[in-house]
Amino acid sequence: MRYAKRGRLRFTSHRDFARAFERALRRAEIPMGYSAGFSPHPKISYHGAAPTGVASEAEYLEIGLARLMDAEAVRVALDACLPAGLDIEECLPVAEGTLAERIDASRWQITLPGLDPSTVDAAGKIFLATAAIPVERPTKSGRRTVDARAAVVSLTVADSEPTGSCAILTVVVRQVTPAVRPDDVIAALATVAACVPTAPARAIRLAQGRLDDSGQLTDPLAPERAAALAARESVPDTLDGAQR
Amino acid sequence: MTAPDSLFPRLEPLLPRVAKPIQYVGGELNATVKDWDAVDVRWALMYPDAYEVGLPNQGVMILYEVINERPDALAERTYAVWPDLAALMREHGIGQFTVDAHRPVAAFDVLGVSFATELGYTNLLEALDLAGIPLHSRDRTDAHPIVLAGGHAAFNPEPISDFIDAAVLGDGEQAVLEITDLIKTWKSQGRPGGRIELLLRLARTGGVYVPRFYDVDFLPDGRIHRVVPHRADVPFRVHKRTVMDLDEWPYPKQPLVPLAESVHERMSVEIFRGCTRGCRFCQAGMITRPVRERSITGIGEMVDRGLRATGFEEVGLLSLSSADHSEIADIAHGLADRYEGTNTSLSLPSTRVDAFNVTLANELSRNGRRSGLTFAPEGGSERLRAVINKMVSKEDLIRTVSTAYAHGWRQVKLYFMCGLPTETDADVLEIADMAKDVIRAGRAAAGHRDIRCTVSIGGFVPKPHTPFQWAGQAAADTIDHRLRLLRSAISADRSFGRAIGVRYHDGKPGIIEGLLSRGDRRVGAVIEAVWRAGGRFDGWSEHFSYDRWVGACSDVLPAYGVDLAWFTVRERTEHEVLPWDHLDSGLDKEWLWSDWQDALDETEVDDCRWTPCYDCGVCPGMGTDIQIGPTGRTLLPLTPA
Repeated sequence: MRYAKRGRLRFTSHRDFARAFERALRRAEIPMGYSAGFSPHPKISYHGAAPTGVASEAEYLEIGLARLMDAEAVRVALDACLPAGLDIEECLPVAEGTLAERIDASRWQITLPGLDPSTVDAAGKIFLATAAIPVERPTKSGRRTVDARAAVVSLTVADSEPTGSCAILTVVVRQVTPAVRPDDVIAALATVAACVPTAPARAIRLAQGRLDDSGQLTDPLAPERAAALAARESVPDTLDGAQR
Repeated sequence: MTAPDSLFPRLEPLLPRVAKPIQYVGGELNATVKDWDAVDVRWALMYPDAYEVGLPNQGVMILYEVINERPDALAERTYAVWPDLAALMREHGIGQFTVDAHRPVAAFDVLGVSFATELGYTNLLEALDLAGIPLHSRDRTDAHPIVLAGGHAAFNPEPISDFIDAAVLGDGEQAVLEITDLIKTWKSQGRPGGRIELLLRLARTGGVYVPRFYDVDFLPDGRIHRVVPHRADVPFRVHKRTVMDLDEWPYPKQPLVPLAESVHERMSVEIFRGCTRGCRFCQAGMITRPVRERSITGIGEMVDRGLRATGFEEVGLLSLSSADHSEIADIAHGLADRYEGTNTSLSLPSTRVDAFNVTLANELSRNGRRSGLTFAPEGGSERLRAVINKMVSKEDLIRTVSTAYAHGWRQVKLYFMCGLPTETDADVLEIADMAKDVIRAGRAAAGHRDIRCTVSIGGFVPKPHTPFQWAGQAAADTIDHRLRLLRSAISADRSFGRAIGVRYHDGKPGIIEGLLSRGDRRVGAVIEAVWRAGGRFDGWSEHFSYDRWVGACSDVLPAYGVDLAWFTVRERTEHEVLPWDHLDSGLDKEWLWSDWQDALDETEVDDCRWTPCYDCGVCPGMGTDIQIGPTGRTLLPLTPA
């Protein structure tokens, strides 16, 4: 399943989303598979959630059902039971393996208010030319330093007219531990080139997937999409209807 | 009035800079946003604590729905804002806002604040200040909302009487509708006489207390001489409200489900209101009389509709003593049947020490976990339990917990109070013996040693409208001393090792709660001084500062010839005028006094549901009756949707 976290609901933390999602499963009466044991849990695996406050068009999760269901029907029912802003975008039956093997990087779009694209472009060049950029991040147990540079595969600034209102940055970042987040990249730009937006920057995750040799991200749902297409072509229409 | 702009666009850029921003965003499942211009009367409902505590509050949820069901009114919710966001709001000139449509609280007709505890008073001042509403009722103009207090603490609103315009005692469902009607009429007439006229109209109903129409005179020794209205057209006493027939008020129908984590991750269904067990320390049991049960079928419908509307996994069957419902066995059995195999768990909070309750708990957990059961003996010794009228013998307790451990429950939690009237060190030390006996009996019953007992102890705070309203509160030092003795008595015996855990709080916060509970109008200046010195979130140990309260008391109270101890540890005499005497909870003051004397004589009183009336005064005074079953009805299996 691919889902999105949009608008004001980007302030939903991953734990918040997980609770809301599990309640939506119950309201939508999705026949969930449950784990065994003292306290059974519905079978759900979440993959690398976007940080609280960051919007995303490309979050992924897998669920295990107790019986076969039409994937699109599951998507529609779940989406109807989630608030607008937490939106289930795609739902496909698993074709092979797990999603975890097909995701190792993210593409983020970061909007920096009050900065000129050329300024950010120059800062980005310095960023890419630097070997390591340690930045500090506040955590529950004080401050912690991470390197914001090594995980960044590419950093580009959109060619827009220099309106002076904002610059739009696209970064592809490897999913490493500790994770490098959009905030870290923004902090790094401020460190290396004093490139500071006039209002809080807004980030959105546009895609996740596996990095290929050309530095592009492959669609993690590609095998499922192919399998679904093949199935549709091989099954007569009448049977398709009977399955529901 | 044209609709005020949403504050959200200005708030949004600040949210990445604060903790748990989701709590300020709104958009909860089952939340309602109505068109501002399409209604006549607008309520902002506040729970004066953090969102995570306030959101699950049943009172606010019920009134929110009751008001929003009216086509001519709307209600939105607002909660206490944490200091990180409050600082940013002040810096950017953003007022206290509702989470529903992010409208400024100052733009509403009424700000209704529900006080479950007095420790929310500083948060009221913070919200008023953030909202740009003058702190003092006398400084407000027709442009400001009516600030209305409700909830249990409103049974003595005197300490906040400078800051509120009015208070409602008792059940709010019908009261908010009548107040809405009154405001609607007054507005449609062109607001004759301004806010004073509106407050007068509210006061004349006899069910709304408007402190500014009453004068409090003091005696030279600091006690109250009298409290009287200074106008002929407002009543001497203000009466509490009582909703009869709970089946007619099946709220909340659509419980709110937040995205943020809250303190109660479950749905609650109130199975009855009121309690006549007569525990003398319990303000809730005294001020919510008589008992009014929701019928078994009414409960079944609320559980079914609520689960469908929310997707919660757990349902709590709520009341002051849930096992006392006349049809609780059928309710437990019927619900367990209905939800068998659905991973829906049912729970029964607030149970008494009674083996029957273990049977109920077994039934409710038929297809789920058996982790922990909670019982509340409240007093350590049999003598003390007679004083507080909690009729539980040690044998009852041992039998009950043995049954629990034998049925696979691994953990039993026992609630006690420390600092009860007439209590001695020896009474508290008996808790240690009791806990050890519980473990001994439990190990024998379970046949293994893997069981635990947690003893949880809170300091007792005497409350208005209870037989203990005259009692001298135990000093913080006394409480701390007894808790130390108890802890060492428990840990002295190695054979119990980690089988017995103790959870406790120190005595200081209780003293401040005591000041606010039984305080009078002179305490208002203390609350204001504490707030000005930075006091917020006094219910949170990391924010509460005893020294700040003590400092404010010594700055403010000497001018009146009284002090913190005068309000707390001082025992009152029979004929002293109490600050809340003009507020009628239905309880007869003479009965309360005789029950206080019975307490001192260690004489117990039975529950009037099963024995003759003992004349507490509520039913005849309020025109109400005990409403209990059995109805004889049962829960049928649900038909699949």
